[in-house]
Amino acid sequence: MTTSAGPLQQRAEVLSLKRVGAYHHLTLVAPGVAERFRPGQFAALAVGGPESALLLRRSFSIYRVRDSGTYGGTVEIIFAVTGKGTAWLADLVPHDVVDVVAPLGRPFALPKEAVSCALVAGGYGSAPMFALSGRLLDRGCAVHMVLGASTESRLFGALEARRSAQSVIVTTEDGSVGIKGRVTDVLPEVLERTGSAVVYACGPMGMLAAVAQVAETHGAWSQCAVEEAMACGVGVCMTCVLPVIGEDGRTRMVRSCVEGPVFRGDRVRWSDVGTVPEGTLGAPSGGWPQ
Amino acid sequence: MSATTWSGQVPAALEEVDLRVDLAGMRLKNPVMTASGCAAAGRELDSFFDVTDIGAVVTKSVMLDPRSGNPTPRMAETPSGMLNSIGLQGPGIDSFLATDLPWLVSRKARAVVSIAGSSLGEYAELARRVGNSPGVSAVEVNISCPNVHNRGLVFACDPYQAAKVMAAVRRDVPRDVPVFAKLSADVTDLVTVAESVMAAGATGLAMINTLLGLSIDPVTLRPVLGGVTGGLSGPAIRPVALRCVWQVHQAMPDVPIIGIGGIRTGLDALEFMLAGASAVQVGTIIFHDPSAPIRIVTELRAELAARGFTSPSQVVGLAHTPTADSLAATDLEGLRSP
Ligand SMILES: Cc1cc2nc3c(=O)[nH]c(=O)nc-3n(C[C@H](O)[C@H](O)[C@H](O)COP(=O)(O)OP(=O)(O)OC[C@H]3O[C@@H](n4cnc5c(N)ncnc54)[C@H](O)[C@@H]3O)c2cc1C
Ligand SMILES: Cc1cc2nc3c(=O)[nH]c(=O)nc-3n(C[C@H](O)[C@H](O)[C@H](O)COP(=O)(O)O)c2cc1C
Ligand code: FES
Repeated sequence: MTTSAGPLQQRAEVLSLKRVGAYHHLTLVAPGVAERFRPGQFAALAVGGPESALLLRRSFSIYRVRDSGTYGGTVEIIFAVTGKGTAWLADLVPHDVVDVVAPLGRPFALPKEAVSCALVAGGYGSAPMFALSGRLLDRGCAVHMVLGASTESRLFGALEARRSAQSVIVTTEDGSVGIKGRVTDVLPEVLERTGSAVVYACGPMGMLAAVAQVAETHGAWSQCAVEEAMACGVGVCMTCVLPVIGEDGRTRMVRSCVEGPVFRGDRVRWSDVGTVPEGTLGAPSGGWPQ
Repeated sequence: MSATTWSGQVPAALEEVDLRVDLAGMRLKNPVMTASGCAAAGRELDSFFDVTDIGAVVTKSVMLDPRSGNPTPRMAETPSGMLNSIGLQGPGIDSFLATDLPWLVSRKARAVVSIAGSSLGEYAELARRVGNSPGVSAVEVNISCPNVHNRGLVFACDPYQAAKVMAAVRRDVPRDVPVFAKLSADVTDLVTVAESVMAAGATGLAMINTLLGLSIDPVTLRPVLGGVTGGLSGPAIRPVALRCVWQVHQAMPDVPIIGIGGIRTGLDALEFMLAGASAVQVGTIIFHDPSAPIRIVTELRAELAARGFTSPSQVVGLAHTPTADSLAATDLEGLRSP
């Protein structure tokens, strides 16, 4: 039955919805989430209202939680409008109600010792990084952030980053702000300068693959939050899988909603995402035709 | 199946409604179960509601060996539905019996185990393993699988092959454990398939499985799913599923039927029972609302009470009986907009 550790499902009232650059910042009244939340976890929202023809839940990294105050507990997300569901969310007004399940998934693993950490994010992938940096700073870790985006309006939280980290580097692909280029262009230098032992990353798959590679060549651990298409977000549908190497060296198709979204970067077979690589547990012999 | 007369003039009190049903000898708390592949083995949903409060948990179809399933993307959202091409990913029967089933048993949930094979031999072996495991309330046989020994043709689409599977399974499952054949609606003559699996020893029928569909990506201009085609489910298929239950109940009124396909509310569940289902399964809507099964139990109770029924058995197949004149005189408007 319902335990104090598991996710909560509730009909959450919209407290506010604001524009932030190209994104939307949604705050929902959802008591009980803050007490359970750990950075890296996500929320799954039903979209379209009670008679919705859009059946599948939409997943978003949890940006921030508050455990009390006037509104009795809130959860916040940052989202981009990319389709029908997010367009519906962008039209919400205060007092509207959204069915939300949170917190879901495995959080970022925190280091046991007070080490230096690099937090790398692409686009709205920075959303979960601020709660993470808070926990790391509490443990005495040094936090160094690298935030990247295609262009300035798609950068989220650059100002907040300055308050949350010892150092911040911003990159944009068009050079509209910060260094022109990608996060992985500057990451090697950051790792060398800071001696970071752990790299935390959230963003598009291609970025995560590249970050995991840089971390590995610098002898750092990496913790990557992936974004796979999810139908349920709670572990019952098996749509959200990707090939991950287990402790035993065996590749399995693993659910990113319950066994992720955070994975050790060196465990994910990045170049095989979207396939069932040969040798995967239970794969047809010879693998799947590509 | 008792009352076939309209008894809806006087609404019943909610506590007067006794939702317990007898499904082919299985005593269930209520007629609402989870559909195979939409609830894993029950554990994840136990965070959202008490899995012992629904009729039964039907587990994801398990195969003999571990299965990786298909490449991603494995889903595409469609209007009021979705396409999936999971490819029966699962741990295999050894792991299922070692971990998943014992959890359901220790939780005292009713476990209906769905099995899937790619040959007659595999179905028989699974039936032996599952049928002899303690705590299995019933076996559901997913026959919507390609037969490796018959050019990959799906068992469910051929009355002869479907019957052979059922006979093989029935032989190896103890008599007191009901065996349900899960039917596909992607056939020309569903009643013929239903009759042949019943003749081969099935205790009852579960219908329907997903319908074969396709979705094309407007950007890549190629099929969305890694597996190209996928199974369509959700409210989009409900009228098709309801028609199937209706046709089979009409042809074989005494056969226990579990209605499946797009059930979203208690009213939808009632609709399936009126068409001839003795119980229902809830699938895709769980992805939308993980507490849907228990919500539907509550709603079904209210829908029955509002119409003056005190037991689900009073409505099974009721839609097949001609409307009594007295019905015309009742306040139907009041029921449509409660
Ligand atoms: C763990 C996780 C965290 C995420 N965090 C954020 C975040 O913080 N901010 C943000 O803007 N977006 C985030 N996303 C992506 C977000 O879920 C999708 O953008 C959103 O579901 C798109 O819905 P739509 O109806 O607008 O798009 P549509 O394309 O109409 O969606 C159709 C279907 O595909 C699924 N889908 C489409 N795109 C994605 C995607 N990129 N990832 C997963 N499912 C998708 C939808 O859930 C839906 O079922 C996250 C995804 C995951 C899995
Ligand atoms: C993601 C997914 C996986 C499924 N897996 C199975 C399965 O393993 N075995 C099976 O018999 N049916 C499976 N089904 C079919 C459902 O049990 C059900 O018959 C069908 O989805 C129609 O019901 P619904 O509209 O309520 O989902 C699956 C359906 C979905 C959506
Ligand atoms: S999204 Fe359904 S199992 Fe992960």
